[in-house]
Amino acid sequence: MSTVPVTAPSWWSMTADRTVVELKEFLRSREQMIFIFFFPMIFLGLFGAIFNTDDLYGTGVSFGQYFVAGMIASGMLNTGFQSLAISISIDRSEDVLKRIHATPLPPTAYFVGKILQVLVVSVVQVALLLAMGALLFDVALPTNVSTWVTFTWVFVLGLATSVAWGIATSSLLRNGKAASAVLTPIVLVLQFTSGVFFVFTELPTWLQRFAEVFPLKWLAQGMRSVFLPEQFEAAEASGSWQLPMVAIMLAVWLIAGLLISAKTFRWLRVEDR
Amino acid sequence: MTDAAIQVQGLVKAYHGVRAVDGLDLTIPRGEVFALLGPNGAGKSTTVEILEGFRGRDAGEVSVLGIDPVMATRSWRERVGIMLQSTSPRSFLNAREALTHASRLYSNPRDVEEMLDAVGLTDKAEEKPQELSGGQRRRLDVALALIGRPELVFLDEPTTGFDPEARRQFWRLVESIAADGTTVLLTTHYLDEADHLADRIGIISSGRLVALDTPEGLRRRAAGARVSWREDGELRTQVTPTPTAVLRELLERHSGEVEHLEVVHPSLEDVYLDLIGDTTAEADAATPPHDTHVADEEGVA
Repeated sequence: MSTVPVTAPSWWSMTADRTVVELKEFLRSREQMIFIFFFPMIFLGLFGAIFNTDDLYGTGVSFGQYFVAGMIASGMLNTGFQSLAISISIDRSEDVLKRIHATPLPPTAYFVGKILQVLVVSVVQVALLLAMGALLFDVALPTNVSTWVTFTWVFVLGLATSVAWGIATSSLLRNGKAASAVLTPIVLVLQFTSGVFFVFTELPTWLQRFAEVFPLKWLAQGMRSVFLPEQFEAAEASGSWQLPMVAIMLAVWLIAGLLISAKTFRWLRVEDR
Repeated sequence: MTDAAIQVQGLVKAYHGVRAVDGLDLTIPRGEVFALLGPNGAGKSTTVEILEGFRGRDAGEVSVLGIDPVMATRSWRERVGIMLQSTSPRSFLNAREALTHASRLYSNPRDVEEMLDAVGLTDKAEEKPQELSGGQRRRLDVALALIGRPELVFLDEPTTGFDPEARRQFWRLVESIAADGTTVLLTTHYLDEADHLADRIGIISSGRLVALDTPEGLRRRAAGARVSWREDGELRTQVTPTPTAVLRELLERHSGEVEHLEVVHPSLEDVYLDLIGDTTAEADAATPPHDTHVADEEGVA
């Protein structure tokens, strides 16, 4: 037996370890890197080149600039929601979660590891999208503090909502292999209707009403308030950025996502319980 | 404190009204290597997963290392090593990375390189699970179960798909951890494995223990030896508690060679088949959904 004094590893060290493992797994997965990480950048380049409207509604804002804000929002949805829901449901159906549950790793360390991985990936993703926006579409970064404060809360609230729904959805999907097939169309429909691939005000009214129920529309609108010039506000559907409504809608979805996650999360496959 | 690692009394677990485990009693003292044998669907896996803290139960008292596994705490998880029945899936971490990460969850882990060496994976340490053979993957699973220096290890059908040499190697590993005083609960389909490794064997059928004994004790239950030979062109067989007497009588009757003469003492397998024989039909009806899945997996492998 060892005579070295035995101390259990701290929560912090286990969480840090877990985050490193999650990041390694993400970086080494070709699917995650292409379809989650680089996807918004590929689309930004592609759509920005195809739709070269220079002047939306006489505001001097190009479609490229409009699209940068939308792709930032939808990148957060890819990383927080889609990627997390797919990876957790595959981990569950392949007994990876069961194996983790068999070790002394505290559940909170597992979740915080996931969240930190999403946060790191998302911050890098947003930075690259902004760099592309500045280089290709003359997106001007905000210069006043209050706009960056808006960016911070929209980003944190939007990412938290995505993560909460990623975890919640992973439990609702029974089969890890089907996760990608089920989620990709859902995310696409949201992207087409929420002012990401198309300018929101160009959509038929009934589609606008549909998209208003879901958080992506509000997240994209919040991001436009940060990265588009002031004069575009009048061209929004309601003539306003509606920031209080952005906060309310994201918060409601966040709380619902957290409640469903807490109620439905399981370490084991359905047939194993 | 008791010196039992595992204590089970009146354990019951039902699926859709069918009892997969039906009033099971079992005590395993610390330091013992215990093998649980039984046909598919007999309640083996269900029992083990209840003891591992994965499944709930409908009735009965269960204590594992002094704690009810339903209430598994972090410190309890530190003392228990688990090798699942399913093989580790594809991963982006190689064997050494997976073991290193796992070792950092424990207060007093085994050395990663020593562990790799003990399971014979030193040369494969840079490989990911999907690049390893089935047997090598199982050895990685064992290493992951042992890395935290557990007091109690569950090995659920550990050697399925091993070649004979890998099985021998695995047995030596189990013997060495047992020599350190680790309690081992092993489930297996292989009687020779149970015979070789276990201090005691429990045979489970239809959710109940139908026998609990040492391997020698089980073998002694066999009724008698089987003497067979060829006479007048046909094969004759006689089951007898006194094979020597039968032989003497045979030799007196035959002056020359006795054709195809054979004296066979019943193997553990004969005893086992005899014990589960009456109840197997019933057990098949009680197959829980989990075991169906496992059976599928084995079919693929």
